[in-house]
Amino acid sequence: MSISVNLLIGFAMGLNLIALGSNRLPSLIRAMSVQGVLLGIIPLLMENEIDWRVALVALATAIGKGVVIPGLLRRAMRAASIEREVDPFIGFVPSLLLGAAGTVAAVALAQGLPLLPEHTGSLLVPGALASVLTGFILLVGRSKAISQVCGYLILENGIYLFGLLLIKATPLLVEAGVLLDVTVGVFVIGIIVDHIQRAFDSLDTRKLTALRE
Amino acid sequence: MREILLILVPFVGVGAAALWRSDRTRPWLLPAVSLIHVVLSFWLLVSPPTVDPGAWLGFDPLARAVLPAVSLLFFVCAVYAVPYLALRPERPNRVFVCALLAVLGLLSAGHQARQLAVLWIATEAVTLAAVPLLHFNGTPRAFEATWKYLLVGGTGIALSLLGSFCLGYASLRGGGVGDLTFVALTAQGAGLSRPWVLIAWVLLLVGYGTKMGLAPMHTWKPDAYGEAPGIVGAILAGAVTSVAFTAILRVRAVVGAAGQGHVADQTLLVIGLFSMVTAAVFLLSTRDFKRMLAYSSVEHMGILSIGAALGGAGIWAALFHVWNNSLTKGALFLSAANIRRAAGSASMDEVRGMAVLTPRSAAIFVAGMFAVTATPPFGPFFSELRVVRVGLASGHGVAIALFLVCLLFAFFGLTRVVFGVVDGRPRQTTRRAHQRFVESAGVIVPPLLLLGFSLWLGLFTPAVLQEAWSAAAAQLAPTP
Repeated sequence: MSISVNLLIGFAMGLNLIALGSNRLPSLIRAMSVQGVLLGIIPLLMENEIDWRVALVALATAIGKGVVIPGLLRRAMRAASIEREVDPFIGFVPSLLLGAAGTVAAVALAQGLPLLPEHTGSLLVPGALASVLTGFILLVGRSKAISQVCGYLILENGIYLFGLLLIKATPLLVEAGVLLDVTVGVFVIGIIVDHIQRAFDSLDTRKLTALRE
Repeated sequence: MREILLILVPFVGVGAAALWRSDRTRPWLLPAVSLIHVVLSFWLLVSPPTVDPGAWLGFDPLARAVLPAVSLLFFVCAVYAVPYLALRPERPNRVFVCALLAVLGLLSAGHQARQLAVLWIATEAVTLAAVPLLHFNGTPRAFEATWKYLLVGGTGIALSLLGSFCLGYASLRGGGVGDLTFVALTAQGAGLSRPWVLIAWVLLLVGYGTKMGLAPMHTWKPDAYGEAPGIVGAILAGAVTSVAFTAILRVRAVVGAAGQGHVADQTLLVIGLFSMVTAAVFLLSTRDFKRMLAYSSVEHMGILSIGAALGGAGIWAALFHVWNNSLTKGALFLSAANIRRAAGSASMDEVRGMAVLTPRSAAIFVAGMFAVTATPPFGPFFSELRVVRVGLASGHGVAIALFLVCLLFAFFGLTRVVFGVVDGRPRQTTRRAHQRFVESAGVIVPPLLLLGFSLWLGLFTPAVLQEAWSAAAAQLAPTP
């Protein structure tokens, strides 16, 4: 596992913390899209000779996570004229502390897991765990629909990072299915966001409280 | 070939429904397509095909034990959908009909999936295809329910993908070559890397458990079932949950082969009991009869999970209960939909005296309530009795005691709501809303039919089904 891959994953883990600390939606979306492009580059650096299927996954990831989805989110934000503040349930400092503690815990946990020889010393597993955790914090700790979608995407990014461990061995169907579903998932979420906007004149999920016991 | 048709026919139906011009006649595609589906699946039940062990899709014993129930429930719901959609001429139904047929096709694929990735893709696609069904009513409350469904369900499905990756890595670490069919994973058995198998089990149980609606991942369920049309609730509760349950059973078999079966059984038992306790507590407090059905569904998912924790004989009982749950819950959802439509509300604060206004639906609703709370001679009584007997025979006395207490409290909760809605004198506002609803044969026969099936399963459990459940239990737990 080359040093450049670890460097990129390190950057991606840093972006997790930036996402947790962002108090404006555009900077949250930017952190997420930069992370998407980084993730797209990683599979290209993992191998010496590049398989066309791997290249396809890399390209689709970089374009999908780095360009298309952030574009859709920005469009939704403009169309619905949402205020740009993030509006957290869990404050920025506590989220950052949680995220940092989670990252440390992810590194520690990954030490204890048995890895294949070619994966030892790689940051793939800790990076994946840290991103999944960051995604969860954003999902639970942010009230606006768009920031929850960003959280969901960062969670997906973590899962994608983990999937890179398997990219050689398992048929790429897994990867292809993932990309398709991510895209479709956000597309559907986008429609919903649109509807929520029409129904509530706001993208604040805190107003979604009619249904409770 | 026939088993592939189970997947293809619904998708041909999707295409036809998308191109069909008339909103008035399009719903007839639903019973037409699902009639072909139900005939095919019962033909396959009676004369099962040989399954190539390495195949990614196949009508194997587990698919044979569950898929016909899904198909039967779907067919009855499809028959109900025609008069239902005729009552809703104000809403275009193209997307609804297409999505419903897509759900049928994807469920057929999910039940027959014999490979980790195929299973995940099918389940994910079912989750997405159900979205337009949930916000069919277009009300703000329906949007809210859909948003929660997507967020919670989407996170669950993401975790099950992570779990699938972990199981794949367990296979690689143990010297596997990346063959993710369940047959290959089971054959690798103890060669699978232990820590990764355990991580995979937790993630897959949480992930597919979210789809199934096991507590504490059930939070989307009351909202979704409460706001969706009755047929959608019936299909979600009786068909979509069963694909998630078979997914858990397939993964459980791999974990068992890896020598970690006792861990898997313990977690299934705990999460099953926790679901039953949660459901019983909420059933005692809910005041909405559609949300009540959701909590009842959480309770029955708990029963399935407990059955699955008890080894081969328990799996047999759980598969029996899948059939009972699908068909009985279907009868309840459809009769509740009639009452909801006639009364204009689903809250017991606003609805009462429905025995006067909708006598037939109310009778089916009450009978269905007794069936679902395991009153003999309906099917659920026999499957739950079997869970109790297997549990006692395997020395799980405390768990079974808690199981019975939960059933009792669930019974109190359900009777409280059901008789609150059915008994008494109807309110004036309800009487006015009722003028627009007629209890035609189209909306009465389907739930009655499902109730009849539930009775038939209890009284004369067909030998072919018993044999199918035994074969599936043997596939999943080779040493009972």
